[in-house]
Amino acid sequence: MLKLSALTKRYNTGDLALNKVDLEIPDAQVLALIGPSGAGKSTLIRCVNRLVEPTSGTATLNNVNLTKLSSRALRKSRRKMGMIFQEYALVERLTVMENVLSGRLGYVGFWRSYLRKFPKDDIKEAFRLLDRVGLLEMADKRADELSGGQRQRVGICRALIQDPDLLLVDEPTASLDPKTSRQIMRLINELCSERGLTAIINIHDVLLAQMFSQRIVGLANGEVVYDGEPEGLTPEVLTQIYGEEDWTATIDKVEDEDIEE
Amino acid sequence: MGPVMVLINSGNDIEWRRRTTKKQIGIWLGWLVGISIVLFAWSVISEKTVWFFVQDAPRQAADIGSRMIPPKWSYITKLIVPIWDTINIATLGTIIAMTIAVPVAFCAARNTTPHSSVRVVALFIIVSSRSVNSLIWALMLVFILGPGVLAGTIAIGLRSIGFCAKLLYESIEEIDESQVEAVRATGASNIQQMTYGILPQVLPTIAGVGIYRWDINIRESTILGLVGAGGIGLQLNGSINTLAWTQVSTILLVILVTVFISEWVSAKVRGAII
Repeated sequence: MLKLSALTKRYNTGDLALNKVDLEIPDAQVLALIGPSGAGKSTLIRCVNRLVEPTSGTATLNNVNLTKLSSRALRKSRRKMGMIFQEYALVERLTVMENVLSGRLGYVGFWRSYLRKFPKDDIKEAFRLLDRVGLLEMADKRADELSGGQRQRVGICRALIQDPDLLLVDEPTASLDPKTSRQIMRLINELCSERGLTAIINIHDVLLAQMFSQRIVGLANGEVVYDGEPEGLTPEVLTQIYGEEDWTATIDKVEDEDIEE
Repeated sequence: MGPVMVLINSGNDIEWRRRTTKKQIGIWLGWLVGISIVLFAWSVISEKTVWFFVQDAPRQAADIGSRMIPPKWSYITKLIVPIWDTINIATLGTIIAMTIAVPVAFCAARNTTPHSSVRVVALFIIVSSRSVNSLIWALMLVFILGPGVLAGTIAIGLRSIGFCAKLLYESIEEIDESQVEAVRATGASNIQQMTYGILPQVLPTIAGVGIYRWDINIRESTILGLVGAGGIGLQLNGSINTLAWTQVSTILLVILVTVFISEWVSAKVRGAII
C-alpha cells in the first residue's frame, strides 16, 4: 500500500507544486491522476521515488517511509518502484536488450553491469517480457531505431523487469497517436492486473483515464480536488479540476465509447 | 540583444517595427564608430609599412618559388624517419591528452562534477592548457627534457588536454537528462548512472573529439622541430637555414600529403562513428 500524507513540494523558484496531499492507494489499484499542466502531477510521482525531493510530508510504501531513507536504502526501495516516462526516456544509443536489462541495475553490481554480464534469470526474464509486448525480434536493435509505440513498450519492459510493487507512470501516451495510446494504456492495465501491481498513471486525456482506471484523482494547483470513481467525472467536477469549459462533448464521447466496448 | 517588437498605435494605423527609434540610432552609431576605427587603424598600418618592400614582394616570392623548383626528390629517403616521428608525436600526444581530458571533462561539467571546488580546479587545468601554444610548451620542455621526440609528444599532449576537455565537458552538459533520470529511477548507483545513462550519450563525442584533435596535432607536430622537439620540423628548419630551397619544397610536399591523408582518415572515422 502506498500512503502519502501531507506531501508538499515547494521548488526553489517559490512555486508550490504540491500542497499537503493526502492519498492512500491500496494494493493492486490502478489510479489515474488527471489535472491541467502544472497541477503537480509529475511532481507528485517524482516525490514518491524521490527523483524530486519533497519539502515536507511523507510517502510510505509497504510500511517503509520513503522520505526518510538514506541514499543506499533509497536505491534499494527504488528497485521496487518501476517508472514509465512521457518521452520514453530510453538510453537512445543502447540496444533494446540493454535498455530492458538496465531495469536490473539496482540488483546487479557495477562490474557485472558494465561488462553486460547479467544473471541468466534476468536475461530470460528480459526475453520473456519482450515477447509479452511483442518486441522479441527487436532485442538487438538500437533504441533510436524504434517507433514511439515500440519505445514505450521497451520502457514498460524496463520498469517491469525491476519486479516492482508499484508503477509510477508519467504521461505514457502524451507523445503517441490515439490508437497507439489506447494500446499502450491497455497493455499497462493488463500487466498491472496480471501481476497485481499498484499504479499511479498521470494522464492528460480524460477519456483514456476513464477507460483504463479504477479510480481517478483530480489535481489542481497542487491540491486534490476530486477523488472517486471514473463515472463521477461530471462537467462540474471537470470544471473544478481544469476550469470553466464546455465539457459536454468530452462526457458524451465517454458514454458513446462505453456502449461500444 | 534580441529584437524588440514595437507597436505604435496612431489612430487606425497599426505600425510594427523591429526596434525602437532610439535603439536603431544606437545601432547606426555603433557601425559608425566601428568603421571609423578600422579606417584609423588602416592609416596607422599604412604609415608604418615600408611600401618599397611590399612592392618588391611578388618578385621575391617568384624568386624563392623558382629556387624551390624542382623539388629534390632524392631527399625524400631522409624524410621517412622524421615524418614517422611526427605522426607518432601526434598520435601519442593525442592519446595522453584524451586519457587526462576525459576525467577532467567529467569533473568540469556542471551535471557530473563531484563538487564545485573540483570543478574550479578542472576549469583551471583546461584554461591553462589552452592558453599556452604547443610551440611554447615545446620550447619550455626542450629546456627541461632536452631536445627530441619526448618533449614534442608531451608538448602536444599538454596543449590538447584543454581543447579536448572543453569540447567534452560542453557535450556532457548538453546530454538528455531524462535518460539519466530513467536509469536513476531503477535504483542504479551513481557510477551505474554514469556508465548507462551518460557514457552512451557522450561516447560519440569522445571518439569524435579524439580524432579531430589527432588531425590537428599532425599539423601542429610538423612545426615542433623548429624548436628542437623532434619531427620533420627539424629538417625544415635546417633546410631553410642552409637556403636549400629544393629540400624545403620536398618537405612541404611531404607535409601536405601527410595532412591530406590524416584529414581523409579522420573524416572516414568520424563518418563511421556518427
